[in-house]
Amino acid sequence: MFLKIIVTFAYIAILSYLAYLGFKGTKNSKDYLIGGGEIHPFIMALSYGAAFISTSAIVGFGGAAAFFGMSLLWLTFLTIAVGVFTSFVVYGKRTRRMGHNLGAHTFPEFLAKRFQSTKIQKFAGSVIFLFMPIYAAAVMIGAAKYFQVALKIEYITALFFISVIVAIYVFFGGLKGIMYSDAFQGGLMFFAMLFLVVFVYTKLGGITQAHASLSELITKSEVLAQLKSCKMPPTFNGWTAMPGFMSINWLVVVTSLVMGVGIGVLAQPQLAVKFMTVKSNRELNRAVPIGGTFVLMMTGVAFTVGALSNVFFFKSTGNIAVIEAKGLDNIIPLFLDTYLPGWFGAVFMIVLIAAGMSTLSSQFHAISTAFGHDLVNIKDKSEKQQVLINRIGVLLAFVVTFALAYYLPKIWSGAIARATAIFFGLCAASFLPMYTGALYSKRISRLAASIGMIAGFTVSLFWMLFVHFKTATALGICKGLCGVPFLFKSSKIIPFIDPIVVALSISILLTLVMTFACKQDMDQEHIEKSFNGI
Amino acid sequence: MLGLQDNSIFIAYMLSILSALGCIVYGLLNWNKGDNDEPKQIQEEQNWDTDEQKLNETL
Repeated sequence: MFLKIIVTFAYIAILSYLAYLGFKGTKNSKDYLIGGGEIHPFIMALSYGAAFISTSAIVGFGGAAAFFGMSLLWLTFLTIAVGVFTSFVVYGKRTRRMGHNLGAHTFPEFLAKRFQSTKIQKFAGSVIFLFMPIYAAAVMIGAAKYFQVALKIEYITALFFISVIVAIYVFFGGLKGIMYSDAFQGGLMFFAMLFLVVFVYTKLGGITQAHASLSELITKSEVLAQLKSCKMPPTFNGWTAMPGFMSINWLVVVTSLVMGVGIGVLAQPQLAVKFMTVKSNRELNRAVPIGGTFVLMMTGVAFTVGALSNVFFFKSTGNIAVIEAKGLDNIIPLFLDTYLPGWFGAVFMIVLIAAGMSTLSSQFHAISTAFGHDLVNIKDKSEKQQVLINRIGVLLAFVVTFALAYYLPKIWSGAIARATAIFFGLCAASFLPMYTGALYSKRISRLAASIGMIAGFTVSLFWMLFVHFKTATALGICKGLCGVPFLFKSSKIIPFIDPIVVALSISILLTLVMTFACKQDMDQEHIEKSFNGI
Repeated sequence: MLGLQDNSIFIAYMLSILSALGCIVYGLLNWNKGDNDEPKQIQEEQNWDTDEQKLNETL
């Protein structure tokens, strides 16, 4: 434990020094950005990757993989094919060009300027300001859970400790997007995950042997008894097999975890703005290989190691991971603390702080701009007032995030993955059709975009509050109004379908129908200006 | 294959690695493509950067 504390302080010292260097560097050369300098693609890709991959992916989804198995590798595939490739090449290039044509600096502002509607900007800003704290809470829970196990302290103490570090980072420099620390943190995460996967495969006798040991678990009677005791449906076929088609497990894995996050990543406001910070498409082209490799190393390793942790736990305790760790979100912290060398525990602790910090800083940056830039118009106010309004916004969001991070683990096992999927799904249903239309269609009208956005958001929220078994039961609004924890209780399919499937489908359909049924309500000159150079 | 029970997991495992390799190949093939060369475009980028700096200063 002493080693962990020393390493943590050394890390904070390095980060502070790098932050100081970055801050000083930018201040002394104001023309760094203006004078034709550029954000290096390596930095952009690592900064994007580090903002995308957080403690949520490593601890939350790693824990989910320990429970649901390697079927989560489909999410790894989507995070690379969709989250990096499609995102950078299909969406990123046009977002950068169009964002610059329109002079947009935030995601809501981008949509608003493209569709010439301040109402869209305020609506999108509100969605980010009100719901981003759920995702930020997921990231905080991930870091706090590891601290709880590694330092053997109470969860609330760990959460408080994390919050203090985050507050310092976010309030005193994180928001300035310091590139040195982003690259340092990204590099640290990469090498720690590389060591982790090599260590786990070596300990289990190689890749094939490790997988075979995991495959064998499902044949053991004591494992089957344990799975029954943790209410695993009988359609679970083992950790290296897909669950039965359209079974409860299949619906959770495929619709919530794989699709919710794998597709939801395309319309993430805090990630989309990063495309606008690079100088040209060349930088995006060069960022693709770095982003792809980084994301493979993060999610691929986390999900594989998460599933394989069952072999370690079973061999030494006779219990599968979820039983031994008493909850999904505790699995990765307990596994690392028990089976990895002591020094790695210390290194991994700072990896998780790094992973959490880089994501949280981009999340709070998005929240802050959503509040100060999109929701409240602060342009006319004095500089002092602008800073004050921004700080009030971030502070409010920070308090809500802390409360959620304290409360959510009490109501859900696997709160991290669930909370992440909620936000990703909500963003995808609300923004993805109009965002895609904005980039690729000159025909899409303001009305079509607005209707698609409102429908996606409303259906998503309704499905969460009244239909989806996990969220509706936890929030209790359905129980209060209708007397049942969730609607369609007798169905074995409907309550287990994630909101993204229904809401995104409706949103896409309405956007398409309205685009072709209604006349264009924006002038041609504006549309041509938006598409200039595309 | 690879000690995995199900072919669909093997496919996901391989697709994950192949998609990352695909990203590397794409990056190498397009390493020098897509640079800004028009003076007008460069001027636009600079204006955008100035505004971005102003926004960040208020945060």
